[in-house]
Amino acid sequence: MSDAALPAAAVRPARFRLLEPVMLLWVALIAALLVLVAAPLIKMLLISFEMQDTGEFTFENYLTAYGRQRYIDALRNSLLLGALSAAISTVIAVPMAWAVSRTDMPGKGFTWAMVLAAFIMPPYLGAIGWILLAGPNSGWINVTWRALTGATDPLVNVYTFTGMAFVIALHSFPLVFIFVKSALDLISSEMEDAANILGGGTWTTMRRVTLPLVWPSILGGFILIFLETIALFGTPAIIGIPARINVVTTQLWQFFEDPVRVEVAAAYAIPLLLITVAMIGVQKLMLSRKGFVSQTGKGGERRQVKLGPWRWVLFGWCLLVGLLAVIKPLTVLLQASFAKAWGRGFSFDNLTLRNYRFLLFEHDVAPQATWNTVWFSAASATMAIVLALLVAYIVIRKLMRFADVLGFIAMAPFVIPGIVMAIGFYAAYAGPPLSLYGSALLIILAFTARFLPIAYANSQAAIRAVHPEMEEAARILGSGRLHAIRRITAPLLKTSLLGGWLVVFIVASRELSAAIFLVGPRTRTMSVLLYDLSEQGNFEVVSAFGGILLFITMVIVGIGMKLVGRDFMLRRE
Amino acid sequence: MPRLTLTGLTKAYGKLTVVDRVDLTLEEGEFVSLLGPSGCGKTTTLRMVAGFVDPTGGTIAVDGSVLSAPGAVVPPERRGMSMIFQSYAIWPNMTVEQNVAFGLELRKLPREEVKRRVGEILEVVQLNKLAHRYPAELSGGQQQRVALARAIVVKPSVLLLDEPLSNLDANLREEMRFEIRRLHDEFRITTVYVTHDQAEAMATSDRIAVMNAGRIEQVDAPHLLYTRPRTRFVAGFVGRTNLLEARVEGGDLLLDGVNLGPAARAGIAHGVTGAVLVSLRPQAMAILAEEPPANDGLLLRATIAERTYLGEAWDYVLKPEGTALTLRAAAPPLEAHDVGAHVWLRIDPRQVAVVE
Repeated sequence: MSDAALPAAAVRPARFRLLEPVMLLWVALIAALLVLVAAPLIKMLLISFEMQDTGEFTFENYLTAYGRQRYIDALRNSLLLGALSAAISTVIAVPMAWAVSRTDMPGKGFTWAMVLAAFIMPPYLGAIGWILLAGPNSGWINVTWRALTGATDPLVNVYTFTGMAFVIALHSFPLVFIFVKSALDLISSEMEDAANILGGGTWTTMRRVTLPLVWPSILGGFILIFLETIALFGTPAIIGIPARINVVTTQLWQFFEDPVRVEVAAAYAIPLLLITVAMIGVQKLMLSRKGFVSQTGKGGERRQVKLGPWRWVLFGWCLLVGLLAVIKPLTVLLQASFAKAWGRGFSFDNLTLRNYRFLLFEHDVAPQATWNTVWFSAASATMAIVLALLVAYIVIRKLMRFADVLGFIAMAPFVIPGIVMAIGFYAAYAGPPLSLYGSALLIILAFTARFLPIAYANSQAAIRAVHPEMEEAARILGSGRLHAIRRITAPLLKTSLLGGWLVVFIVASRELSAAIFLVGPRTRTMSVLLYDLSEQGNFEVVSAFGGILLFITMVIVGIGMKLVGRDFMLRRE
Repeated sequence: MPRLTLTGLTKAYGKLTVVDRVDLTLEEGEFVSLLGPSGCGKTTTLRMVAGFVDPTGGTIAVDGSVLSAPGAVVPPERRGMSMIFQSYAIWPNMTVEQNVAFGLELRKLPREEVKRRVGEILEVVQLNKLAHRYPAELSGGQQQRVALARAIVVKPSVLLLDEPLSNLDANLREEMRFEIRRLHDEFRITTVYVTHDQAEAMATSDRIAVMNAGRIEQVDAPHLLYTRPRTRFVAGFVGRTNLLEARVEGGDLLLDGVNLGPAARAGIAHGVTGAVLVSLRPQAMAILAEEPPANDGLLLRATIAERTYLGEAWDYVLKPEGTALTLRAAAPPLEAHDVGAHVWLRIDPRQVAVVE
């Protein structure tokens, strides 16, 4: 009756099951994660207690790192800058998120495009754009202001603490926007109807019901931006160093100038790590409180709040943010990149392709750096996705006991600031015995580790979406585990994994804070070279190089939107 | 030789035993349901049969050869079985035809043979016109038919179904019940069917194994399960019932001091004596407005305490006079009695089963 074509049943004795491929894979994954995540961190901790040459145990590094007022000030500046940037971001983003999610505001497509563009634009490019706009002497805004009013003082100055916080916020606010919007999207209109029927008007309802419901998301966004800001290197270096505002990251960079004092840097980086771990912990605690979780997605329809004339006020706000975050900096950057001298403004005799030609064909490092960025990003995106996929598969399908440990280590870099990770990699692998300093491998490994959590969150979501019964159905019909993965699971995961790969590629291609500590003469990336060029102050060439970086990013984003879907960058993971 | 034999099958997660020494035998071509509330271990049992879960004790054998024993388990792909899942698990990246052909291709059958058998089975489940559709373009019922076709086409040694109808709406569920039974009558594949819905189990199965807290309480044909439940759990879980205290004395059953006579003796297991618990179905009683002329059964005088009209029947709560009992009885729609009315209650002693 039944088909005899399947191989005869053979019972495997228990002892061979230890050698199952999945067990070997597990060991390999543990080794990979140790190399990528655990070893650099541990090495950094150890080295912070060692004398530079002898390796003897000492507290000397800590005394040096915290022994000068200047270093303490930098720490304080970082915390202030983080809080200020996060606050400005929240003020910018919450009304936008509410408007897009819940109201009949016009121009939602435009607002989305602005948020996405602000998210994609590397923050240091925005910083350079704002130097062109709000530099105290020749910035566009100030030149125009003087021409209009005859005043001698500048209207705005980017080289100040608030200027810097403002520029950072203009590129961080999309995080708050995404957090708050996705929470708002889940709240049923009935919540608001219930407040309306009891006599609450639109504003009261928003203030008393809607916003409190998304309070955890606002807080989550705030904390994330605070943490990103204290770990940010690019903008503080480009704006802060000329303005003589010292923060932790720029101070760390100074410890790496000749003579390199990596032990002191390690000791000085510890608070950054501790603050991050603590804040993420606090956030988890606060979000675990049940009172906020009404966002079950159930409870029917979501209607738009009718705002009347107010909708134009909100649109005006979104327009202003778009103008400041994207349109104006991008315009001046593009203008500068095609200009002989950017200060001479828009005119035909000022137009030239010289800057691009110089970078692409004559510059001795730029073509190499462009190529490096593309292939480092591609290699680390591939490694991160493959590693994350294997770990996520083992964790979600519970193939091994203690599989959760793998998932935990894969997510750990989420709480490690990129700059701390870079110092860890430098401490662990730059010197003997591996002597990887200046090699492509070192940078690719560091990028892989740094963006592993993004890849892991992505893979986890992708695998969760494939019901385990899909695979089981194949297995009971006679296909082995690997065959089932190849024929069933892999095709189903394809699209979302491609999305994850592209996201990692994009964030890796603009990564500066980890790269700057690890690049050698032959392994400069575009981001590092951009920083070097900006230090030289040739803004036409800097802008053109930024243009090339943006072009590469746009191509990748375009591919992603075409193959994966419009929102692939801005999903909340 | 039986097709499928479970012997002392046990699964424990640490101290928690979810399947506890289950013994079950299926003859070739038999259709057996595992029926029980959620968490009773029925799905775990099924997944052990499929090879997805390793037992911690006992064995599973097909045609006499052991497939599962603690520490030695043949993987699912080498068991020659097939399974229908709760989620259907129709692969969305393949057409109906590709889904159904999958198992046959793995058996390395010639291309024409695969095509012929896929065509035949799609005809049987009435999907031949939809062979080139993708699952997303099918309704829930049609997806269910794809799952059935995919599982049956490989002529499995044992067919396993894990609550296959729980995601369908009520009408479709009823229709698919008969469809499953029809396919079984046509192909006679040995089948294990897991469900928590007794109507489903009754409509499809040759025998039903009722599970509770990891154990099988009773295995019987559907009608025997209803009229002769052997445990309190089975009596309560399958259909509605009155559980009454009674006594067995000298082989006779005494309900509230009244001897039920020889007709009730079949319901008493051999050697039982003393206090027992009996199950009396609401359908095992008739309500009479007047005392019948011929006193042919056991008669009790009773008062109507409550009544509910359910459309296809009346549901009465009665208090027999001179006792502390409360009974539920069903009556046809035209037999209306007012609350407070004095009536006669006739109990059919053949339908009284001792359960404890």
